[in-house]
Amino acid sequence: MLELRGVTAGYGHFTALWDVTLRVEAGEAVAVVGPNGSGKTTLMRVISGLVAARTGELVFEGNSLAGRKAHEVVRHGIAHVPEGRRIFPRLSVGDNLRMGAFQPRARQAFAESRARVYDLFPVLRERERQPAGSLSGGEQQMLALGRALMSRPKLILLDEPSMGLAPVLVLRLFELIRRVREEGYTILVVEQNVRQVLKLVDRAYLLEVGRIRMEGRAAALSEQDFVRKAYVGL
Amino acid sequence: MIDPIFLLEAAVNGILLSGVLALLALGLNLIFGVVDIVWIAYVDLVMVCMYLVYFLVMIYGWPLWLAGLASVALGALLGLGVHLLIITPILGSAPVNQLLATGGLLFFLQSFATFLWTTDHRTVRLALPILEVGGMFLSFVRLIAFAISLLAMIGLWVFLRRTYIGTAIRAVSQDREAMALMGADPQRVYLVTSAVGGAMAGVAGALLIIQYSVHPFFGAAFGPLTFMICVLGGLGNMVGAFVASVVMSEIISIGGVVISTEMGYVIAFVVFIVMMFVRPGGLLVRRG
Repeated sequence: MLELRGVTAGYGHFTALWDVTLRVEAGEAVAVVGPNGSGKTTLMRVISGLVAARTGELVFEGNSLAGRKAHEVVRHGIAHVPEGRRIFPRLSVGDNLRMGAFQPRARQAFAESRARVYDLFPVLRERERQPAGSLSGGEQQMLALGRALMSRPKLILLDEPSMGLAPVLVLRLFELIRRVREEGYTILVVEQNVRQVLKLVDRAYLLEVGRIRMEGRAAALSEQDFVRKAYVGL
Repeated sequence: MIDPIFLLEAAVNGILLSGVLALLALGLNLIFGVVDIVWIAYVDLVMVCMYLVYFLVMIYGWPLWLAGLASVALGALLGLGVHLLIITPILGSAPVNQLLATGGLLFFLQSFATFLWTTDHRTVRLALPILEVGGMFLSFVRLIAFAISLLAMIGLWVFLRRTYIGTAIRAVSQDREAMALMGADPQRVYLVTSAVGGAMAGVAGALLIIQYSVHPFFGAAFGPLTFMICVLGGLGNMVGAFVASVVMSEIISIGGVVISTEMGYVIAFVVFIVMMFVRPGGLLVRRG
């Protein structure tokens, strides 16, 4: 479904990603794990078009994404839930969801998409008229997820969904992501919470200082001594 | 001791003045909040619109309401033009360049107006009565201008709250990048915002020409006041701009009656400077 071949990207003179090759199949859940500053967020931003790749190929369902801006990429069916949620704090919950369906194809299916989002996250229906900034951290993450679903994506990019959430909420959030996955969405997730995320996904990549160091099935990866010691903390 | 009726009259006149000032501040604020650029030449666009109404009414004999609509259309076109020709090429550059570019437009418009239309002061005379209400003398023209300003502001409010693109404009002002991820082309949102902001300048121009005379340096008279109101209200904060325009107009109007017209402005600017130390974030510092 999504394929990156030899992607290099960065900011100014700084190179954050070196020759990254990565693949996500339809229906899969894939994680990219790695320490702070390893280039995980840049990877997500390159896929969604917020950062342009310097070299390499990005192909989504047979279409090249190279040179596409963020507002064009979302039309291809890729929704990016950015790091730190980035909901619109002074817009109501309902308006946040409306904005999620901005592109024409999504706007036509607005009512249906919203009903689905409200079924997944009933608390959003209760808070529909409240400013999004007044929601708790966990609710804001649900809203960010729901807003992304409003664009009717095929692939969802999740950047550090557990960031800033209490441990109890992290477990609940992963449960919700699992449910989103069961709805048939393909997921590419970047996480610091390696132990939890490896339970969620099928495959994982290990990213270190901008390079892919390891790739494998999630279960196999969490068994490896190196990953266990460095990231899982066992 | 001043007769209290004069104070009351000054207070009412202050409110009437605040209408158009709020309109100007809201237009400027809207553009700043979304595009993140201060249009230094904003009130000079108003000046161009005032000339348009003047010529259409006094030379070509158009009815005032039609000339007013033409002014709104010209304002929107000027807004689009400023964005496409001046802002777009320098969107990513340092803020000082953006100030210099829109500041350059200010001098261009002033000089161009002087060249074309000389420095004569021109007015659209309206044969409208002065109303006497309970011993106060109120200008009917100002009442109408105030009412139309209010309508325009309500219109803007409805546009930003109720329409899809209006909500998108508010969303962009809160998080530009997140809105791009929703599929909104930032350039398109900027264009709509600039046109709406320009249209507000057009409305203001039509309302100002029936109260004040227009000349090439009109922007120098109302520009600083507009910026002061925007900063006092908190740049990008619409409610703050409205409150600040009422506060400033009242100071100017009441100060003008109690001491002298010039002192009204002096006091207003002193209050502004003091407030910048006391509440640098604006009168109503926005939460969250």
